[in-house]
Amino acid sequence: MKSIVKLYCATGLLLSLFSCKNTSQSSLPIYGEREAVEKTVDGKQVVDTVYHTIPAFKFLNQDSVMISDKNFEGKVYIANFFFTHCPSICPTMNRNLLKIYAQYKDNDAVRFLSHSIDFKYDQPYVLKDYANKLGVSNDHWQFVSGTKADIYGIANQYLVYTAEDKNAPGGYDHQGYLVLIDKDKRIRGAYDGTNDEQVKKLMDDLPKLLNEAKN
Amino acid sequence: MRALFTTCFIIGALLLALIGCQNEVDIRTAQYSVNGQKVYLTHCQNCHGEKGEGLGNLYPPLTDVKFLENNRQKLACIIKYGAAGELEVAGKKFNSTMPASNLSAIDIAYVLTYINTKINKGKDIFPLADVEKQLKNCQ
Repeated sequence: MKSIVKLYCATGLLLSLFSCKNTSQSSLPIYGEREAVEKTVDGKQVVDTVYHTIPAFKFLNQDSVMISDKNFEGKVYIANFFFTHCPSICPTMNRNLLKIYAQYKDNDAVRFLSHSIDFKYDQPYVLKDYANKLGVSNDHWQFVSGTKADIYGIANQYLVYTAEDKNAPGGYDHQGYLVLIDKDKRIRGAYDGTNDEQVKKLMDDLPKLLNEAKN
Repeated sequence: MRALFTTCFIIGALLLALIGCQNEVDIRTAQYSVNGQKVYLTHCQNCHGEKGEGLGNLYPPLTDVKFLENNRQKLACIIKYGAAGELEVAGKKFNSTMPASNLSAIDIAYVLTYINTKINKGKDIFPLADVEKQLKNCQ
C-alpha cells in the first residue's frame, strides 16, 4: 500500500515538474480581437490570422518633441497610463515600472511609454520634471501627453480603462496595467502594476518576448 | 498531586502578572502600531513605499530619523493638512505637494507610532493627547 502511495507521489511530482517546464517555455499569448483573413499565396487560398495591433500615434513628449509609433518600431515596449499628481495607484505602478526600467534602460531592444491622462495639467514641462524626479535618465522611457480624445482613444487600443471622474481620487479613474507590446505592435500581456506578483510575472515574461523577437 | 497543581497555578499567575505589568506600555504601543499599519497601507504607502523608502526625488523617505525628531511637533499637522514647498529630507531636496489626508487624531497617532516603531527602530508611542495638542496649533 505504502509503495503505491509513493508511486503516486513520485508521478505527481514528475508531472508537476514537466508542467512547470512547459509553461516556462511556452510563448506569450496574443491579446485582443482577431480576424481570419483569406489570402492568395502562390496561387493557393490560405487562411491567415490578423491580430489586434496598436495603431499609429503621435504625441508630444516630455521634451516637447513630437514622437510617434515610429520611435517604437521593432522594439518591445511597456505602456501605461498615469498622471503626475495621481494620489492613488500611480506612485506604486511607476515605482514598479522604475524597477524594470533600471534593469533594461541600456537595452536598446526595450522601450517604455507612459501616457498622461491629465490632459489639462500635465504639460511637457510637468512631465519632464516628474521624469527627472522619478530618476529616468535616458530617452528609452517616454512620457507623453495629448488631447483627451487621442490619449483616451489610444488607451482603448491598449485595452486599458481610462475616464475623467470627479469622484475618483485626483479627478481621473484608470486601470494600473503595464501593457507589454511586441515588435509587431501586438499586445502580449497586461500586468497590474500595483500587484507585486504580476510585476514579477512581467519581469519573467519580458526576457521571453525579447528572445522571441530575436528569432 | 493537588498541592503540585496549586503551586503551579500560583507560580503561573504570578509570572503572568509580572509580564503583564512590565509590558503594559509596550502592548499599547504594539496596538497603536498594528492599527497604524492599516492607516499607512491606505493613506501613505502608495507614495512613501512599503518600507518608507520614498520614490526618487518625487516623494521623501520616512526613514530620516533626524528629520522626524526635529519636526516631531509638526508631523501631525503635515499628515492632516498636507505639505507644500521645499523640504530637505535625508540630504535630498524635495519640492512636491503632499495632499491633505484629513485623518482623525487617533488615526494620526496610530500611523505616527507605526512609522516610529516599525518603519524606523524607535520605541516611542505617539500618544493621542500629543497629537490632539499639535492639531490645535497647526499653522
